[in-house]
Amino acid sequence: MSENIARHSVQTAALMIVFTLVGTLLLVLAFFSTRGPIAESERKAKLALLEQVLPTSLHDNDLVTDAADVPPNDELGNRDATLAYRARMAGQPTAVILEAVAPDGYSGDIKLLIGVRADGEITGVRVLAHKETPGLGDYIDIAKSNWIKNFDGKSLAKLPEDGWKVKKDGGRFDHMAGATITPRAVVKAVHKALKYFAAHRDQLFAAPAVKESAT
Amino acid sequence: MSQDYKEITENGLWKQNPILVQTLGMCPTLAVTTSAVNGFSLGLATAFVMAASNGSIAPIRRWVPREIRNPVYILIIAALVTVTDLVMHAYVQELHQVLGIFIPLIVTNCIVLARVEAFAAKNPVIPSTLDGLMMGLGLTFVLTLLGALRELVGKGTLLSGIDLALGPAAKQFVVTVLPDYHGFLLAILPPGAFIGLALLIAARNWMESRKAASGTQTAPSEPAMAHGH
Repeated sequence: MSENIARHSVQTAALMIVFTLVGTLLLVLAFFSTRGPIAESERKAKLALLEQVLPTSLHDNDLVTDAADVPPNDELGNRDATLAYRARMAGQPTAVILEAVAPDGYSGDIKLLIGVRADGEITGVRVLAHKETPGLGDYIDIAKSNWIKNFDGKSLAKLPEDGWKVKKDGGRFDHMAGATITPRAVVKAVHKALKYFAAHRDQLFAAPAVKESAT
Repeated sequence: MSQDYKEITENGLWKQNPILVQTLGMCPTLAVTTSAVNGFSLGLATAFVMAASNGSIAPIRRWVPREIRNPVYILIIAALVTVTDLVMHAYVQELHQVLGIFIPLIVTNCIVLARVEAFAAKNPVIPSTLDGLMMGLGLTFVLTLLGALRELVGKGTLLSGIDLALGPAAKQFVVTVLPDYHGFLLAILPPGAFIGLALLIAARNWMESRKAASGTQTAPSEPAMAHGH
């Protein structure tokens, strides 16, 4: 009797293993056949995003591959190493795209992509990810409003230190009534990112390009 | 055993509609239906998984011992969902980003396992595949309707985000039904999902009770007993 049970268990287990192996095989096949297209579509999505903050007329190099590591630092607010994409024209540095994090939004981190010319002028800012209240704080997203374009052309030289605030705090940036925490966080993060760029400009352009990790 | 195909179709789309009647798989239903396109896309992905899992479990139903049928079914469903996830990531990257975690979560959608258990484990391949497909389309239809409802009331548009599925050229298909509409946030936020779903279920029940009252021979469908998450 107990032998029967043992045999039955072994058979069932063997069957389970067979199913697991078949499932694994299916996944392996799917993984390898989609790996190329996934990498390609991610690259395209990234490039499309980068081109939103940096006009194509400013560079003739491949932005995605000419990226330098940026270690975590307080100015950019990044807790993990991020990438800085360098734009060059005929080998000369023209601009850089930084990833910054505004940690003090209304709910959670606001991730930003900031394009800065070599002379410190902003070419564009876009929100990569945020969890702000839909319909209230989400106007920082280009899909909802053009607010984020307020940053275009601004620089540390053109706008004095106390201008880098929302109007409610005495600065130069518009905000919508009832939703000041979100734009305040974004303005602060962009301001800090510009300071970071000013302090590390040559270093950013000189750093070696990292190999794109195959994600 | 010879299930009528017409009956399977009717069951999936209406009489036993997974959401309106069985109320299974509520989590993605409520979370994703912020727009018609979102609801439609997740619905289609789920329909594909349901047809594929029913279709692949029916032929092996006799070889799977009772004791391990649940792990085997879940294994198969999970593999199919992962494949769907990878394919969507490769070819509709933006849509994949919008639907995000809800694609992998199709595994946990109990309607998928429910159909495998209730139908594919007892029926041949073709009716099983049809059952999965029709249940999936019934789900898609309700998700799309609920998404359209919430989008219309919440944002005054229809089909926004269609460019994520069909490329930037499709942006022209976005219909602004109520121009200069300031939006009704509640419809987009989670409460809107509950209220919208309740209205849809109520509408279906009303239609059914009217049909019953007008003397047609359709038996009133059984009330929803099982509750999903």
